[in-house]
Amino acid sequence: MVTPEMKICRPKVTVKDLSVSYGRLESLRHVSFEVNEFEILGVIGPAASGKTSLLRTFNRLNDENPAFQKTGKILLDGVDIYEKMDLPTLRKKIGMIFALPAPLPLSIFDNIAYGPRLHNVWKTSELEAIVEKSLRAAFLWEEVKDRLKTPAMKLSGGQQQRLCIARSLAVEPEVILFDEPCSGLDPIATAHVEEAMQELKAKYTIILVTNNTKQAARVSDRTAFFLMGELVEIDRTQKIFTVPQDKRTEDYISGRFG
Amino acid sequence: MIRINPRITEKLAFAFLFFSTLLILVPVFLILVLIFKDGLPALSWEFLASYPRLGMRAGGIFPALLGTVYLAAGTLVFSLPIGILGAIYLSEYAKDHGFKRVVEVAIINLAGVPSVVYGLFGLGLFVIFLKFGASLLAGSLTLGIMSLPVIITSTREALGTVPKSFREVSLALGATKWQTIRRAVLPNALPGILTGTILALSRAAGETAPILFTVAAFYLPKLPQSIFDQAMALPYHLYVISTQVPNVKLSIQYGTALVLILLVLAMNIVAIVIRARFRKRKLW
Ligand SMILES: Nc1ncnc2c1ncn2[C@@H]1O[C@H](COP(=O)(O)OP(=O)(O)OP(=O)(O)O)[C@@H](O)[C@H]1O
Ligand SMILES: [Mg+2]
Repeated sequence: MVTPEMKICRPKVTVKDLSVSYGRLESLRHVSFEVNEFEILGVIGPAASGKTSLLRTFNRLNDENPAFQKTGKILLDGVDIYEKMDLPTLRKKIGMIFALPAPLPLSIFDNIAYGPRLHNVWKTSELEAIVEKSLRAAFLWEEVKDRLKTPAMKLSGGQQQRLCIARSLAVEPEVILFDEPCSGLDPIATAHVEEAMQELKAKYTIILVTNNTKQAARVSDRTAFFLMGELVEIDRTQKIFTVPQDKRTEDYISGRFG
Repeated sequence: MIRINPRITEKLAFAFLFFSTLLILVPVFLILVLIFKDGLPALSWEFLASYPRLGMRAGGIFPALLGTVYLAAGTLVFSLPIGILGAIYLSEYAKDHGFKRVVEVAIINLAGVPSVVYGLFGLGLFVIFLKFGASLLAGSLTLGIMSLPVIITSTREALGTVPKSFREVSLALGATKWQTIRRAVLPNALPGILTGTILALSRAAGETAPILFTVAAFYLPKLPQSIFDQAMALPYHLYVISTQVPNVKLSIQYGTALVLILLVLAMNIVAIVIRARFRKRKLW
């Protein structure tokens, strides 16, 4: 029998001695940790600590950058994502939500259907079902169900971000990377997005980069603190925020630097 | 040193800048006025749709007009696919290595080659070496090569204006590079590509030198039947009736010039409309 306890212990993503650099500039140094299945891992740290670099290494978006170099390994369910997986397959499994809402200049419907169409779903009835399901999961369905044909760029910022979440869900990822998804949003829109994330963790593994420590405290199960490319500490969120083991973690979450 | 009151220098600067801008308008205005004044009376349906008569001293310009339309279409067929595909390769696929640099320099140089040199090149390669003879095919190929640099450059510019985020979003959803270009990039670059292409075509339609040795005929009693036939063309026809045939009425010369200018103008207006429409629709 699979109990919730057992679920939590299964590592979904394993990072082994990962270092990342862009030319001479090192942005991650010898980082090792695991992300468990169906958890939300919060990643916090001051600017330029390597959080975005980490996420873009997970879905290999950095491969587009000729200066990018990495050493170490990243495993998804035990499989090396750089050695043993082709890019489309990997990126279908590991979705990403960017800091700024990035709808494509298409209708709401076509935005959500963009991913499934890439992967050869063409039947309208199938697409309609996927669109509705994804929008519901991102808590956007009720707000847009009557205007699916209108341009996605006409939605508000918070709606756009939930649209992007829905668009990721439509390709049925296993892991979702959030890169400061609420940095451009007001508190109410932020609450909507956080609510969506809480629901999602039942079925997805989530890595949430945020420069809002309070958000990490509210949403994540465990939290990792990065500083200048190093993983300083990773532990249960409650522990990080009450009894951090490292002085630097304590300084950061109490707002003494960063 | 004399110090001039900055208020006065400001006024002077404004006056000079404005005057220079005005000077740009003067030739455009004069050209249009002159050509309209003498050409408009000649313009009629009859003039557009009938053949030249009496050794081109009377009648219309139909074969020349049609020839130019054929040539523009031929140019499009040869330059658009190669231009767009090449531009996509250079902008999206080619690594920043020697080969790409070489091609880029080649394109810049191609853009700087005088049009008469294209004409001689077309004569040497298409007309003589490949034995196409003076024909619509040879002329279209020559004009197509001449248009390539503009089409490539404007396509690359258009690709460059598509936000990086569109590409990343598409890739992050598991798209391959080609799927990304095809679905997220090209549709948003298309208006820019079309604008550049139309401008290149309008230039090609008005050129004389490249068609002089490759396709243009002094006078033909019948229309071209295939791409291997010679054709008359407006710019060359204008040259002929202005300098080679004595005693052609001024109104016929100016009427021909007017048609040529209207043709080019119409193409440019289409390009402007496409761009304006897109700008209004664009939301990023
Ligand atoms: N594409 C890139 N090319 C070169 N250097 C980069 C690139 N992306 C990031 N870096 C460098 O890597 C380091 C880490 O950057 P990264 O964006 O990962 O930090 P971050 O923790 O996400 O910061 P922020 O909170 O500001 O988003 C920085 O010093 C940055 O300058
Ligand atoms: Mg970042």
